[in-house]
This record gives sequence, C-alpha cells and structure tokens, in this order.
Amino acid sequence: MTSAGGRRIGDVLLKVEDISLSFGGVRALTGVSFDIRAHEIRAIIGPNGAGKSSMLNVINGFYHPQQGKIIFKDIARTDIGPYDAASRGIARTFQNIALFRGMSTLDNIMTGRLLKMKENLFWQALYWGRAKKEEMEHRAVVERIIDFLEIQSIRKVPVGRLPYGLQKRVELGRALAMEPELLLLDEPMAGMNVEEKEDMCRFILDVNDEFGTTIALIEHDMGVVMDISDRVVVLDYGKKIADGTPDEVRGNQAVIDAYLGVKH
Amino acid sequence: MDGSQQTTMRRPAIGGGRSRARLAGCDTFPKVLIANAKDFADRAASREKDLGIWQTWTWSQVLEETKKLAAGLSALGAKRGDKIAIVGDNRPRLYWTMCAAQAIGCIPVPVYQDAIAAEMGFVIDNAAARFAVAEDQEQVDKLLQIKDAHPNLETIVFEDARGMRHYTQPFLLSFDKVQEMGAALLQRDSGFFEREVSLGKGDDIAVMLYTSGTTGQPKGVVLTHTNVLITSLNAAELDNLTENEETLAYLPMAWVGDHVFSLGQSYVAGFAVGCPESGATVMTDLRELGPTYFFAPPRIWENILTTVMIRMEDAGAIKRWLFKRFMDHAKRIGPALLDKKPVGLVDRLLYRLGDLLVYAPLRNTLGFSRIRLAYTAGEAIGPDIFDFYRSLGINVKQLYGMTEASVFICIQPDGEVKPDTVGPPGPEVEVRIEESGEVLFKSPGVFLAYYKNDKATAETKTADGWVRTGDAGFFGADGHLRIVDRAKDVGKLADGTLFAPKYLENKLKFFPYIKEAVAFGAGKDFAAAFINIDLAAVGNWAERNGIVYGGYAELAAHPEVYKLIKGCVEQVNRDLSHETTLAGSQIKRFLVLHKELDADDGELTRTRKVRRNFVQDRYLPLVDALFSGAQRAHVETEVTFEDGRKGRLQADLAIGEAERYPLDPLKKAS
Repeated sequence: MTSAGGRRIGDVLLKVEDISLSFGGVRALTGVSFDIRAHEIRAIIGPNGAGKSSMLNVINGFYHPQQGKIIFKDIARTDIGPYDAASRGIARTFQNIALFRGMSTLDNIMTGRLLKMKENLFWQALYWGRAKKEEMEHRAVVERIIDFLEIQSIRKVPVGRLPYGLQKRVELGRALAMEPELLLLDEPMAGMNVEEKEDMCRFILDVNDEFGTTIALIEHDMGVVMDISDRVVVLDYGKKIADGTPDEVRGNQAVIDAYLGVKH
Repeated sequence: MDGSQQTTMRRPAIGGGRSRARLAGCDTFPKVLIANAKDFADRAASREKDLGIWQTWTWSQVLEETKKLAAGLSALGAKRGDKIAIVGDNRPRLYWTMCAAQAIGCIPVPVYQDAIAAEMGFVIDNAAARFAVAEDQEQVDKLLQIKDAHPNLETIVFEDARGMRHYTQPFLLSFDKVQEMGAALLQRDSGFFEREVSLGKGDDIAVMLYTSGTTGQPKGVVLTHTNVLITSLNAAELDNLTENEETLAYLPMAWVGDHVFSLGQSYVAGFAVGCPESGATVMTDLRELGPTYFFAPPRIWENILTTVMIRMEDAGAIKRWLFKRFMDHAKRIGPALLDKKPVGLVDRLLYRLGDLLVYAPLRNTLGFSRIRLAYTAGEAIGPDIFDFYRSLGINVKQLYGMTEASVFICIQPDGEVKPDTVGPPGPEVEVRIEESGEVLFKSPGVFLAYYKNDKATAETKTADGWVRTGDAGFFGADGHLRIVDRAKDVGKLADGTLFAPKYLENKLKFFPYIKEAVAFGAGKDFAAAFINIDLAAVGNWAERNGIVYGGYAELAAHPEVYKLIKGCVEQVNRDLSHETTLAGSQIKRFLVLHKELDADDGELTRTRKVRRNFVQDRYLPLVDALFSGAQRAHVETEVTFEDGRKGRLQADLAIGEAERYPLDPLKKAS
C-alpha cells in the first residue's frame, strides 16, 4: 500500500485494543480499538470532549487505561510511564505549548536529545573527551532539525519571545530531536492563520516523507485533516464511530450526525 | 544658470595598483579565477553558514568546484553562447555557477529570486535560456510552472533537494549530479577547463542583468567581461580593496551591485564573500562575520538606526545618558576625525573615551567592528542617518551608479564625503551635464546593448558612446555631482531658474516632523510646497511643548506647528542658498495639509511615491492660493475611509511665508 504522496505504508506499528478509560464516574474512552501503520499519517478527529487528547495520553503512557491493550512494535503493555514510552520511540507535542520559555530555541530542541545522551553529568559539565564529542554529535542533529524547520533566525532567541506559530514549530522540532518512530501531534495547527497552517502542513508531510516518521495527529481543521492524512479515526463521546480513508469518513452518516448534531 | 558652471568632468585611471599588475593578461573572470587559485590558493574565497557553522572554501577549492561544474554543464550539452538562468538567494554554489558558465562561453542570467513565475518566464523567454540553475524547491516549482510555455528551457539544475524526493522529471538534475558528470569528463580530458577558458575574450558577454523595470517590461542589460572587470578594478583601486576584505552578500544576485561587489570585486581583489544562512538571519550573520566592506541602500541604514534607537529607549537611565552625551560629541567630532581633519586634543581624548564606552560596543553589536568601507546608493539618504554612522567612525560613502554603467559612475573619495552629493566621477569615468540638466556618462563600464531591444539601446546610448541616465543633476563648486531628480520631472521657474521638485521634497522630508512634501513651481515666479506633518513626531513635539490638539487636522493647522515647519523650510532655503544652480528655487510659500496624503485616495502610489500631477489637480484651489498671494485658502475634497466609504472633507488653511536667502556659494566651498 502506498499513500497519496508515494510513501510506502508498512505493517501495523501500534495497535490499541478495546481501550476504556474513566476518571471517577466520567467515562473518557469506551472500548476503542484501532491501529496505526508504519509511515502513515493517521488523524484522530471528533467534537470537543470526544476523548481525542485522552487517547494520545493513553498511547504515550501518561494515562493508564482501566481496560484494554496497547501493542507497540509487537510488544503489549498497559501501564508504562511517559519516560518509557519516549525511550521506545514515541514523541509528542502538546495542545498548549509546553516549552521552556526562558530557554533558547536551540536549547529547547537540545532537550529532545536527552534520552540519547549517554555520558553522565560530571563528564558533560567538564565538556571534555567523549562527552564533548557526544555533545557535538547531538548539536549536529539539532542543527539539521533547525535547518529542516527553517528556524535558523530564531536559533538563539528565548522561546517565550516568539510568536505562537513559531513556538509550535519549535515544539515540533523538540519532538523530532528524539528521532521518534511514532510522533503524536496534539492540535499542531490550533490558533494559526492560513499561512502558518500551510507551513505546518508542509513540515508534517516533509517529516513523514523525509524521515519516514509515523504520525498520529489530532486536528479540528477538517480541510487539513482530509488533505494530509492517510486514514482517519473518528471519536464521539469516547466511542469510535468511524474509521477509514478521508473519503470514507466524509461520507459516513454517523460522522455527519456527530458533527452537525442530531436529536438523541 | 551660472555660465561658469562646470558641465563636464573626467577622472583619469588611477593605475599602478597591485591587483592590476597581478591580473595583467587576464581579460575574463575565469582567467582571474585561475590566477586567484594560484596567488591566493589557501585564502578564503567563499563562505556560507550551513547547519549553524561557517563553511569556507579557498580560492583553489573554488577553482576545483567551478571546473567540475563547468565540465558538467558542458556534458549536459551547454554550448558557447547559451544562456544559463540562475535563480536563488546568495549561495556560493550559485556564484560558482556564474563563473563556470562564463568558463565554457555561456552567459549567466541571474533572475530576481522573489520574482513570480510569470516574471521569471519573461526573462527565461527573452534571454532564450536553455538551462536554469535554481536554489531549491521553491524556485524549481516556479520554473516547472513556466516550462511548458517556454520550451527553450531544457534542463533545470537544483542545489537543495529538500522536498523534491518525488520529482521524477528527467530534465531535473541535482547540482551534485552535474558536478559528478563534470568530474567524469575531466577525468577523460584533464585540459578541458583551461582550453575552454583560453577561448574567452574580454569582449565576450560576461553577464545579462535584467533591470527591474518600473516602467514596462524589464530590459536585459548586456555587460562584457571588460565592462565588469575594469570597472571593478577601478573602484577597488580607488578604495584600496585587498584580499583581506570580508564581505556579506545579501542583496539579490540579479542586481548589478551584488554582481560587481560580490563577484567582480571579490575576484579582482581576491577577498572572501560570505553568504548568510537565510534572509532572516542577515543581522546575526553580519555580526558574526564582521565585514570590512559593506553595501546597503539607505532603507537598510535607516532600519538599523531605528533598531538602535528603540533599544536605547529601553535601556537604563545611565546608559541612556552616556549614549546621548557621547553621541552628541561624536556628531560634532566623528566625521572630522574620519576625514582626517584637525581636531583639538580635548575633543580627541573625549572621543577616545566615547569609543571605549559607547561607539565600539555599539559598532560591535551592529557587526561593524571591522568595517573599513561602506557604501550607500540608490536614493537620497537623510543627513542625520548618514552622520550617525560616520560619527561612529564607520566610513559610509555615497556612490552613484546604474546597471548600464556596471555600477560605478560617481564615488565619493575618502576625505570628501558629504550627505548631499554622490561624489566626483569614478576612475576613467567622464560625466557631462546636458543643457536640459540630464546627466550623461562615458566609461569602460558602458553596457554593450539592451538584449534584443535596439530601439531602447538607441534611445539610451548615443552614437559616440555616451549613456543617458535619465537623471537630472549638476556639479557643485566642489566638483561633486548632485542628483536632483528624474530628468523628466525637472522644470524651470518663470525666470528660467532650474526647479527640481524631488530635490526640494527630499530635503524637506529629511526633517523628522515632515512626512511628505509636494513642491510646485514649474512656470511660476517662485517655488512653493505642500507639507504633510508626521503625526507621531509632531504629536510628540506638541506633547513636550504643552500644545493641545484634538486630531490630525487641528494639529496641522496649529500656529505653533506652522512656526515649526517654517523653521524647517527656512533651513532648506539656507541650504539651497549655497548651491549656485538651485539657489533661485528656494521655497517662498507653503501650507500644511489638513489630511495625510494617502494611497487609497490615489495621492500616493502603492510604494508611497507622491503622484504630483494628481495632487496638483485635486488641490487646485490650494495651489492657486499659494501663488496668488492670498493669506488663507479653502478646500473641499472627497476622501475614502479605510472601509471604502466616501466622505467630504473641507478645511480652511493658512498659508505660511518663509524667508529666502541670497546666493552664498562661498560657504559651501570652505
């Protein structure tokens, strides 16, 4: 199978099976199952409160579902922390930007390399020998990301001083610095103007294309979703109501009802 | 007009320079490159910031790269006389492409990188380019858009493959691939490059540069190797450029200035040209690189100054005080020091102290620590802006040039730098002022022709080799040329005195209080002007002086504001009184307009240039009042609001009288 852009889509990379999650009496997710294939762009959509962000939080180990299985690269696990998920190759960005505001773009993206650093604090502080060599290798990776995202001009600017659209791009950069296999993007285009959205779409497609990174994203802009994703899963009130290609989903009556509203 | 006014000036060649001796026998740029690779083998030639690190290529490396590229282009089928379009931001590889093309007898045609596809199509079509070398996907996409309509374009070479993974067109080749093909060719035929280069002559076409064309379609200016080489050499000798210079190439490659500064002069003097990481990082890169030789149009000098001023406003009280105290001193002493004029010991010591505390750190912040020579050109620069940089010890000079001259017509020599002139003719340049006031020149840089446009060539170039600039100007007593206006806008007062409206308007606009000015006087007894105040500057002034006002119109009509503007106008008149040719066109009467001139009302063009004739017709009662002797004038006009609605605006305006001063040419000469 190949996607519209000519990428080869591989086997199942991640599978969630029958996931249920509740907070006290509130049921966030009920029996949700779907899969994400390697190298594809998978969108998760749904009205507000449908459980989309909860689903991402489950995948990246921040929430532990009461029921169900998560199979990532053929290994099933239910209750690992975000740290473990990250070290297995799952990176994410957040709906409300979570960067270190006082640190520069460069340093922020550098923090994405943390899991890849082997030398201990002592040697790093000395900045000598292997630690120095390692730091330079990581910096080279980060510089390639800066080049890729075209943010050279803000390399040394504290992130807090950047406009929103650029902060989103820096956050994407930090996630990329982990060289993830699966990249989770929580509303990467929220609050952006048309031009910023176009830029972000291009970066997402380029990431997918150049690095072969698998991407799962939550997005409200239907135009964007239909344009860039290979498959779409639709949630409503914590349940999966549709799953398929953009065209299939677009024509699905349950989806139209969920978005336009019907009498319950 | 004063009969003794000088109308022709010529400066002989300087000669005897080191570069000239070194390059004896090199009549094309590829030959210069071979000489540089020998003379400056291990010195830097090209720099580029890539992945955050400055990469450097030496002259011998550049020669190797160029060789492979030239051979590669030849392997692709490029023949002598073929045109190769070059599209992209300033990149070392694109500069190498120019010389590589020249080496095999092809003609590089740089295209403005921000041109839209249709504009690019015009150039590709007009030049009949067979090849295009583009920087990245953005440029390749534009070329692909126009390729079908212009089948003459056969092959596209790109430098940066990013995003083009799925482009499978057979005519698309990467830069590396072309060099690979070239390397293979060189392996079979090691003498290929040198043999091709030896076929080139000085009279061959070196480059075709399309003028941006404010009127009609762009014209391709054809320049020969001799044009660019000799002009570059002359100017480099005048300002003693050596292989030790460092420059930053950030202005469009399709512009003649960049071609001569970043390629012509870099080759003849052997200095390194740095390319910024991206358009947005120029200021940072400037600071890291610390150029010794720098060019910027007035707009950029102005922007840098504004940034400094805004940052100073945010500084602490002590810093602000230091800055003000020492900048005042620098304005008094700095230019004199730079011009090596005598300065008292105390002033010198104070300047040294200022340098330690203020000037040097400021220069460092701006990236001007090592600057030895800087140029500005293109339009008039405000004297305040000009003096600011010169007082910091930055040697900013003005020059006058155009594509048709391979840039240099006039250059201010060290020690004779003034904000209101463009200097005497450059080496080997002859300048003549016609009866009409139009400036003509003759120089080794005079272009061959406009490509495929004999009519335009004949209109611009006279049979005996003079080129019409279309600008009106005159020589002052100091032998410096002053450009006053476009020749077609220059008129005469009723008594025959030269009247150059833009010259007066520019002088008025240099005052921060005046945003826009429109001068009238052609065919009248005296000159007069409309003034638009700058709301921010005058508003600020009013606040400090306790003047109460309710809005723009009320502020503009305030008697105190009239007094303020009167002072500005009289200062302009005093300046004019020192200029033999224009002393008679001092401004006698003026008025301050009740509304801002606006592009929405058609009074300005979208690029904010005054449409003089339109303004004159629209405000005819006001113009009549200026010349009638009335004390007040009434006007009613239709205005368009931001949302498109129209309304009527009427006002009763006072007319101000300004003092005029008798001709006093002596002061200027001192």
